[in-house]
Amino acid sequence: MNWWETGGADSPVMARMKERFAGTSTLILTHAFKGDDTIVIQPADVSLVLGFLKCDPALAFDILMDVTAVDYLNDAQIHPYLLTMGARFEVVYHLYSEEKNHRIRVKAPLKAEEPDINSVVSLWPSADWFEREAWDLYGIVFRGHPNLKRILLYEKFVGHPLRKDYPKTKRQPLIGPVN
Amino acid sequence: MTEQAKRNYDFHKEHHTELLTVNMGPSHPATHGTVKFMLALDGETIENIDVEVGYLHRGFEKECEAQMWNGVFPYTDRLDYLTSVLNNVGYAMTVEKLIGITTPERCQYIRVIMSELARIGAHYTTLAAGALELGALTAFIYFVEAREMVWDLIEATCGARLTHNYVRIGGLTGDLPDGFAGNVKSVFATCRKLWLDFDKLLTKNRIFLDRMRDVAAISAADAKAWGFTGPCLRAAGVPYDVRRAQPYLVYDRVDFEIPIGETGDNYDRFQVRMEELEQSMRIVEQCLTQIPDGPINVNNPEWRQPSKDLSSTNIEYMIHHFKTVMEGVHVPVGEVYQAVEGANGELGYYIVSNGSGHPVKMRVRPPCFPITSALPLLIKGRLIADLIPTFDMLNLIGGECDR
Amino acid sequence: MGMTPEEKALGDSVIFTQLDKVIGWGRKYSFFLYPFITACCGMEFMSVAGPRYDLDRFGAALPRFSPRQADLLMVVGTISHRQAPILVKVYNQMTEPKWVFAFGACTVSGGMYDNYATVQGIDTLIPVDVYVPGCPPRPEMVLDGLILLQEKVAAQKGQMSYAKGMAPVGEADDRIITGGEDSI
Repeated sequence: MNWWETGGADSPVMARMKERFAGTSTLILTHAFKGDDTIVIQPADVSLVLGFLKCDPALAFDILMDVTAVDYLNDAQIHPYLLTMGARFEVVYHLYSEEKNHRIRVKAPLKAEEPDINSVVSLWPSADWFEREAWDLYGIVFRGHPNLKRILLYEKFVGHPLRKDYPKTKRQPLIGPVN
Repeated sequence: MTEQAKRNYDFHKEHHTELLTVNMGPSHPATHGTVKFMLALDGETIENIDVEVGYLHRGFEKECEAQMWNGVFPYTDRLDYLTSVLNNVGYAMTVEKLIGITTPERCQYIRVIMSELARIGAHYTTLAAGALELGALTAFIYFVEAREMVWDLIEATCGARLTHNYVRIGGLTGDLPDGFAGNVKSVFATCRKLWLDFDKLLTKNRIFLDRMRDVAAISAADAKAWGFTGPCLRAAGVPYDVRRAQPYLVYDRVDFEIPIGETGDNYDRFQVRMEELEQSMRIVEQCLTQIPDGPINVNNPEWRQPSKDLSSTNIEYMIHHFKTVMEGVHVPVGEVYQAVEGANGELGYYIVSNGSGHPVKMRVRPPCFPITSALPLLIKGRLIADLIPTFDMLNLIGGECDR
Repeated sequence: MGMTPEEKALGDSVIFTQLDKVIGWGRKYSFFLYPFITACCGMEFMSVAGPRYDLDRFGAALPRFSPRQADLLMVVGTISHRQAPILVKVYNQMTEPKWVFAFGACTVSGGMYDNYATVQGIDTLIPVDVYVPGCPPRPEMVLDGLILLQEKVAAQKGQMSYAKGMAPVGEADDRIITGGEDSI
């Protein structure tokens, strides 16, 4: 039994998602490991899925809590679909509905050669800086982002430090010695 | 001038006015740490503002991926450095959720008490700094004194004033000291007096009201769209508090109110924090009456190091001790997200584990990061002098925003 | 350290040593701080300036947020590589005499952040006079550091002709200095 299979009934959110996207190839995997509803979707469908999550009256996810990315260069075996898709990164969205008090996590796996995905700034303005940070630290390109430039590091920094192949202590000082 | 000439007259072109670009640089007394504002000014009105953060980026995530699970605690201390224990508690709860253990009751009560004391200290600092930057130096001194007293309580328990490193996966480093309840009682009596002094100085002060009321208001819908949580969201009228919406630890057993604002302006944010101080004190007092005796650590040496006499004499405990110290706690494979209510809002931790002693992903959802991104929305069209109280009341903490 | 013609002529005579003492006494009890605050140590700085661990009794209460008006640069909190050029610029803009107080472990040696983003000690950028380690240092330790600095300032010879070295590096330029795979 895989680590994410916990059994138990689907929450209303999951049931609604499965109903809406039944018969399409959008949902790669759904689970509720440790009570966190999670869906893994095709990256091309991100605008569709997140737009549905925001606008559907039964779901009403009005707060985008977090957008981040994970680099599974060495650990793709945690999620077998990464191996079958040949994906390296995963963009992770955490959403919360203040009205209905439920949460969901949406994940979209991306390949190393084409780490781009649509931006969701038009849905929630809070995605602006989160996506800039994911670009800065991981190199994920968010198509349609109005201002995709570095936010935590300086423009002259070369590379994306949170990738697993960037050594932790490789410094690129603007001034002063390297060490 | 003829009518036609009046219509064609472009003031700015005729008088060659342009917007003045001013850099309110990263080293500035009013920018709580290191934020850079590029202001485009028309006189004193801010026509455009570009907020640049990241001057305190210290590589939290990358550093934590190199540590073992228990070694991450000092780094979480330094996120929102005013509420170190609260950050520790949030992280410990996330890892415990992934492992699937619950800490004993006494531990949960102590975690709540220390979190609330940390929150009290943080609100004192925010309000004191806010007052200081508007010129109310006396109010600053009052609340710094109150903060010192609360920090003394925390120091008696955790050993440090600021970066506590008090919580561990599966428990705490130590129990509450003797006489804690009595100390809390006397400290809170003085703190409440200082609160009244502060209140008398500022809350109905004409000058203070003029500077804070109706400045940088935000609607509830906008606040939610921009990812606000915590006091800034509650000031806009949205009653969302993680402690109430998804109660964790023992928050469902204590009685506290959630102050809600109306317009989301600076004054409401100020008032929300003032009221939350009293509510946090109530929570601590209730916890101290309800707290049971008992162990403070999970009784499982695989997750939480047992006491030295056990690990020195019993072979099984010794093996576990060796493995957890040399390889780290082996958190099972998986990913979880756990949120706690930080001083600035929802502090969420998202961790991914591959079953080894080191994290694969150690994400912190910083509450003040999206709040700061909304600063241009709040401040465009207002004066530079309004930027100062607005920025104070949004309460960006550099360690959390830049990580 | 340049010598004025008077000093060369008179050598280490009584007048100049007494003058040195007086000027040293004046300087040590009237520091004008520039608190270059970045991170958590800033909270301890607030406490040190607060009512309990009063900085005012040492004459160092008034912060001056203009480098031209300050003589003690207190670097409080982690300096990241993005912040480093700004620190050097502020140091260069300060007028002589000036001293640097490294407050906290991150300024002394990079603290516990040994990674791509953090400067491993500000003495790689500017000359430091007092190092106060601690994460964060207790206010009493900060005051101890301040007293050490006061003794150092008071004991300096040649107070009248004060010429201290510039920062060892210039302003940030357009080169990136990368260090290969693992630059330790």
